[in-house]
Amino acid sequence: MRYLPKSPADREAMLEAIGARSINDLFEPIPGQYRLKRDLKVPRQMAESEIMDWFDQCSRENGDEYSIFLGAGAYYHYRPVIIDSLISRGEFLTAYTPYQPEVSQGTLQSIFEFQTMICELTGMEVANASMYDGSTASTEAVLMATRLTGRRSVTVARSIHPEYREVLETYALNQGIPLSTVSFGENGGVNLKGLQKSFTPDTACVLIQSPNFFGTIEDVAAIAEMAHKHGALLVVAISEAVSLGIVEPPRQADIIAMEAQSFGVPLGFGGPYCGVISTREQHMRQMPGRLVGQATDRKGKRGFVLTLATREQHIRREKATSNICTNQALVALMANIFMTVYGKVGLKELAKQNLAKTAYAATRFGKHAKVLFPSAPRFNEFVVQTKEDPYAINHRLLGHKVVGGFPLKKFFPELGNAALWCCTEMTSRTAIDTAVGVLAESEATEPARETAGVAR
Amino acid sequence: MTPMTRKATRHISQNEGLIFEKSSPGKAAFKLPPLDVPEVDTAKLLGESERKDLGNMPEVSEIEIIRHFTRLSTWNYAIDLGMYPLGSCTMKYNPRVNEAVTRLPGLANGHPYQPEKISQGALRIIKTLSECLTEITGMDAITLQPAAGAHGELTGLLLVRGYLQSKGNPRKKILIPDSAHGTNPATAATVGYAVENLKSNSLGMVDIPSLAAQMNEDVAALMLTNPNTLGVFEQEIHKIAELMHAKGGLLYMDGANMNALVGKARPGDFGVDVMHLNLHKTFSTPHGGGGPGSGPVAVKKFLEPFLPKPVIVTKADGTLGFDYNRPQSVGRVRVFYGNFGMFTRALAYILANGPDGLRQTTEDAVLNANYIRKGLEGVYDLPYSTPSMHEVVFSDKLQAKQGVKTGDIAKRLIDYGFHPYTVSFPLIVHGTLMIEPTESESKEELDLFIEAMRSIAQEVQEEPGTVLEAPHNTRVSRLDEVAAARKPVLRWKPTA
Repeated sequence: MRYLPKSPADREAMLEAIGARSINDLFEPIPGQYRLKRDLKVPRQMAESEIMDWFDQCSRENGDEYSIFLGAGAYYHYRPVIIDSLISRGEFLTAYTPYQPEVSQGTLQSIFEFQTMICELTGMEVANASMYDGSTASTEAVLMATRLTGRRSVTVARSIHPEYREVLETYALNQGIPLSTVSFGENGGVNLKGLQKSFTPDTACVLIQSPNFFGTIEDVAAIAEMAHKHGALLVVAISEAVSLGIVEPPRQADIIAMEAQSFGVPLGFGGPYCGVISTREQHMRQMPGRLVGQATDRKGKRGFVLTLATREQHIRREKATSNICTNQALVALMANIFMTVYGKVGLKELAKQNLAKTAYAATRFGKHAKVLFPSAPRFNEFVVQTKEDPYAINHRLLGHKVVGGFPLKKFFPELGNAALWCCTEMTSRTAIDTAVGVLAESEATEPARETAGVAR
Repeated sequence: MTPMTRKATRHISQNEGLIFEKSSPGKAAFKLPPLDVPEVDTAKLLGESERKDLGNMPEVSEIEIIRHFTRLSTWNYAIDLGMYPLGSCTMKYNPRVNEAVTRLPGLANGHPYQPEKISQGALRIIKTLSECLTEITGMDAITLQPAAGAHGELTGLLLVRGYLQSKGNPRKKILIPDSAHGTNPATAATVGYAVENLKSNSLGMVDIPSLAAQMNEDVAALMLTNPNTLGVFEQEIHKIAELMHAKGGLLYMDGANMNALVGKARPGDFGVDVMHLNLHKTFSTPHGGGGPGSGPVAVKKFLEPFLPKPVIVTKADGTLGFDYNRPQSVGRVRVFYGNFGMFTRALAYILANGPDGLRQTTEDAVLNANYIRKGLEGVYDLPYSTPSMHEVVFSDKLQAKQGVKTGDIAKRLIDYGFHPYTVSFPLIVHGTLMIEPTESESKEELDLFIEAMRSIAQEVQEEPGTVLEAPHNTRVSRLDEVAAARKPVLRWKPTA
């Protein structure tokens, strides 16, 4: 086996040194009836070229070379090539969690820079070294709010990513945290009157997303004021990180739970991505996840260490702030390099291009169908309501090598034939015009109808 | 100070400040293409939501970024540089073909919500990996959704709870051996269970009479790591499973140490009901400085209806798809389908090995641990003489007499060109040295390691100060972690 650095003679010599007759002696501790006496039924050993061929076939069967209008929590942005050059360095790729600071300063300093940039972009005072992803970060942020307030119930905006809400439901159910939902209003944002009514003396926090699932930028200031008046905290999820280049961050929030995938992380069929939590300094001891802090060594030299470990599972065990252990360090490094490449000026210009593409697309779509929630500012997503079933439109679009918007019927049946469309700087005008053309074919001629039997 | 062994030498490394300290206005590392749609008035579009300023975000050029991160990288130790014997972490070689297949364009750019019709490649990868992992574990079904080992534990206990709830009573407690990893109790608490500790016997195994006494109808499950964190196989595993099952409890296995079993024994065959795997340990996906991981959870048939949704199915027309209609599912533990990029890597590893390679890998991992044990026995105290599987646990009892502790020996190991072993775990051994070499080490590397450890033991006797002040050759040494936690500085700020 090509990964194993031993000759048969090495193995013989080692067994002899140990005093074992054969390798099977070393497996004696496993009771005989449980020792496997046959080959595992897995594919035979393959050459590297065969492995490449096998996956290449999978890659070709996986929508290579389509223009996509899907967002909904996973965004297609350009990835500068130096991201992969740098994260492929074995010293980053093949290192462990930086428990031994003397031989981990590279990872530690880069995380310290990541934490700093996340603070700068989100307008918060502290950020952790990463969480699994935006959905679990949002859930952990909500649990953090219940610990901080000593209250139990949570109000969740219906306009957050529906799968984020599902993850929260899974965790909340077993922790006895009652969840209530607040709907969205005519501009796609949180219905403020509904929110006002949702508060009880036990409300720990309100969880919203901004830009929300429909792309609408929420009125964070108003929601924060309402929450704070009731002694509750405001948790804001951000799933499209590039928005931070041009959209004012939710500074009035108490905790921000972010998905950093847009920052140079490949779509990769849904993961690995990079969650991160940022908050105010006063809340940091209730924050889950790893934190890197500045330290000095015995000669007074600046260095970095993992810190505030007393919050964590390996010290506190069942009293820890979370069971999280591994995070997403290498993905955080991708985000870190991305933020460094674009920087103070580039992030803004990039976000502006996203805004321009979206504005163009929304205007064009609006000529043939209804673009919902027109009155509120939005970032790079918008909802298009059509007469025809969006699955049928998407089916036709595939023939033009275009993947259409995300049909909303499953999560938001009240919106009827609606789909969530997304543009980024990667969306070409040609692709937009093609999609609009195909959509217009049916909208101009056909009345509203259901198209049964069209596969997703 | 005595000279180092043959492995390490001094080497120049470059100084490098924080990226913010290199920033100045007007430098840039990006260039956007010309816009092919009309420009927009952002103030008009966004109104009060328009952001004016991005604070202290850096402005640097591309060459500076390359040098910055390359310099930082050289301050890390890594598997690619040498043996990384962290116990229970399974720091094995991360094959590069894993990286190559993951970056194929159809896989790297696949959107999780793209139609199933054009996702057959990704679905086939998920299905093939699922089949391999259920065969390797001897279980019946699996979910790949959990993002890491601890997340897998959480999912596993949710399944336990869901199942017991369906029988009418979710029960109250989880039994956890005192040798367990800290995530186990933290996970049990997250799922709303109380934790009850189970003590080990003199062999370092679960004490069967204690288990019999503590097992009752309030106990939902036992979370067991096997081999356990002492590297010891629980020889009475059948009795443990019987005791649990007799009173309606479940046996959960933490698969952190699965590298000792692949191709040699299957948890499903020895009574385990539910277990998680760590693709970033056993299946060679890179640790990346602390993630991403992936923590699939494999189960016996009776737990399958409770798996997180969606699950992958073969449809009537023979194509693959996701099934969301799972009324008994415990719900969703993560958005989308899990850390797909780790699935491609783990599958590439399995394909590169085949059944014979996987078995040989396990045999070499166990051979390596026993070779180290033999080479260091007598030089370091062996608190449990029970046979070792893939890792060996010593204590610092002999060195502590000179005032030198496991943490000091670990730091001195850095000077010899090795990453330290695991120091503060398992908690049942005082002053533990937990060593897991994995299969990736050659006899030469192991001999160097044994030589280094023996040399350090000698230094402890002859010049303990050298060990107490180690490491001597690193950029920084013995950072003040107490001060760092007392007044945390968690971000850079410009000097006024």
